[in-house]
Amino acid sequence: MRHIDKTVVGLTIAFLALLFADFFMAEWMRFIGLQSLARGTVALGLLVLWRTGLVSFGHALYFGFGAYAAAMLTLLGYHDAFFLVFAGTLIAGLLAFLLGFLLRRYRAIFFALLNMAFSMILYGVIVKTEALGSTDGFSVLAPTFLGYAPEGEAVQTTLFLFTLVFTYLITLGVHLYLKTTLGGMSMAVRENEIRVEYLGYSAEKVIHFKYVLSGLVAGFGGAIMALAIGQVDPDSMANWTVSGEFVFITILSGIGNVAATFVGALVFELIRTYAFEYAPQFWQFILGGSLLAIIMFLPDGIWSVLSRLRKAEKAPSP
Amino acid sequence: MSVVLEVRDLQKTFGAVVAAKDINVTVNEHEIIGIIGANGAGKTTFVNMVTGYLKPTSGQIEFTGRNLIGLPPREITKLGISRSFQVPQVFMSESVFDNLLMAYAIAEETGMGLLSPLYNDERAERVDSHLRRYQIAEYRNATASTLPQGTRKLLDIAMAAVRKPTILMLDEPTSGISAEEKFGLMDIIMDALRLDDTTVLFIEHDMEIVERYVSRVLAFYQGEVICDAPTAEAMVDPGVREFVIGEEYHRTRTENGGSEHA
Repeated sequence: MRHIDKTVVGLTIAFLALLFADFFMAEWMRFIGLQSLARGTVALGLLVLWRTGLVSFGHALYFGFGAYAAAMLTLLGYHDAFFLVFAGTLIAGLLAFLLGFLLRRYRAIFFALLNMAFSMILYGVIVKTEALGSTDGFSVLAPTFLGYAPEGEAVQTTLFLFTLVFTYLITLGVHLYLKTTLGGMSMAVRENEIRVEYLGYSAEKVIHFKYVLSGLVAGFGGAIMALAIGQVDPDSMANWTVSGEFVFITILSGIGNVAATFVGALVFELIRTYAFEYAPQFWQFILGGSLLAIIMFLPDGIWSVLSRLRKAEKAPSP
Repeated sequence: MSVVLEVRDLQKTFGAVVAAKDINVTVNEHEIIGIIGANGAGKTTFVNMVTGYLKPTSGQIEFTGRNLIGLPPREITKLGISRSFQVPQVFMSESVFDNLLMAYAIAEETGMGLLSPLYNDERAERVDSHLRRYQIAEYRNATASTLPQGTRKLLDIAMAAVRKPTILMLDEPTSGISAEEKFGLMDIIMDALRLDDTTVLFIEHDMEIVERYVSRVLAFYQGEVICDAPTAEAMVDPGVREFVIGEEYHRTRTENGGSEHA
């Protein structure tokens, strides 16, 4: 390619830097990093939907589905991370494909809340199922990696490496996808569905495709989260508040760039971790306050800081 | 001349309202047809039915021998009937160039091709030459929502024409355009469409426009076609004069209308 894609370069540099950092990071940092990568990947799917003009208040459905699918497979004796994550991703994608036939007919608040309704069905089912530990959930044993069974800290180090590689590939894939005709049709569907139909393509088909994509990445995020925490439970995997967190991250990040979702996810993790540590009574208050501040001062998300700085740089030159 | 569109016994009712009744129309290749009629006469309903937006209550629509009833707009578009809108349907927050780039990409890509890059230099070249043909190249990078009404109308029509349709239906191309600009706008549209030998049906209220650009007129009144005749003949038709043109229309038809379309 003649022209260099800055996002691809930036993602690659970040990827290599984190790869290197993995060997030196403190354990708590790696843990926050893993969670940010998992949640950021889910937000990537929301970014794609958001660009199409759709907000989902129910992507904990796919996140939880991916997490529980991976966790349940460990109960059946499968422990390979590649298999678990692949299966979690695929099964969430399959669910999105099926529900997509219904959801692609809805827009705006109806789309958002129908997603939430489906996610609460999953939540209800998990809570009522004794075999899955009900509200307590159950723990997930440390995974193996193609026969390699790390122990102690090596488990997290390897998992981080594993997650990093796949997150990098997925993010790159989504970034390149957004530049294709189908990716660009997000804009077309958001702006004018009638025109899309009269140009000769189905707006619902576009939405369905994007919905499956968002389900796949949410399933991936869920499966990673199950392995990272070593535990699945309905309240941190499938409840509507989890869906809210994803929307929170998407607002925080803005939809300008795929890399932004991971910055947003990291900022979210940091705010939550520190708010919880220093103000255990008020941490939700702090989280809510920071969201309010973002909406008021950076309505296009954290990423817009970068474009503002760029404009400021250019401005002085006559 | 071969028949491209054949409409037989078309009916459309919305509850007790009859929006279309016994419509029988045959359109030949390369014709330029004006659709006239008062508001609510059924002109747009007719266009909506032919392009698949509305399903007729009964009747037949055949395009080059193929039945169109029950097909959605996108399938009919792919077969070769496109349309523009009275209120331009464009991607408002995007530039004129990006609007047309998307239109070309959707027209050109199918299946896995949809996952190839939206932008490529050859496609951009096609977009730019299309922009020149519709004389909106100077607005190339302007956002569609900021365009003057006439330019936005041209963009809407240019997007509809991207697929080089066999038939293009224009819904009031000159509505909302000042009287001085109307002829200039129509010249651009008609010149552009002539290059592809497009058959054109357009809805119009301005009789001067109809007389100048059209060889045949379909006059609608209360859901029915009350006159289907060459322009000069239609303009003196008593039904058309009473129900479509109205009493205010006083110009003498014989010298004027006749000579222009000889």
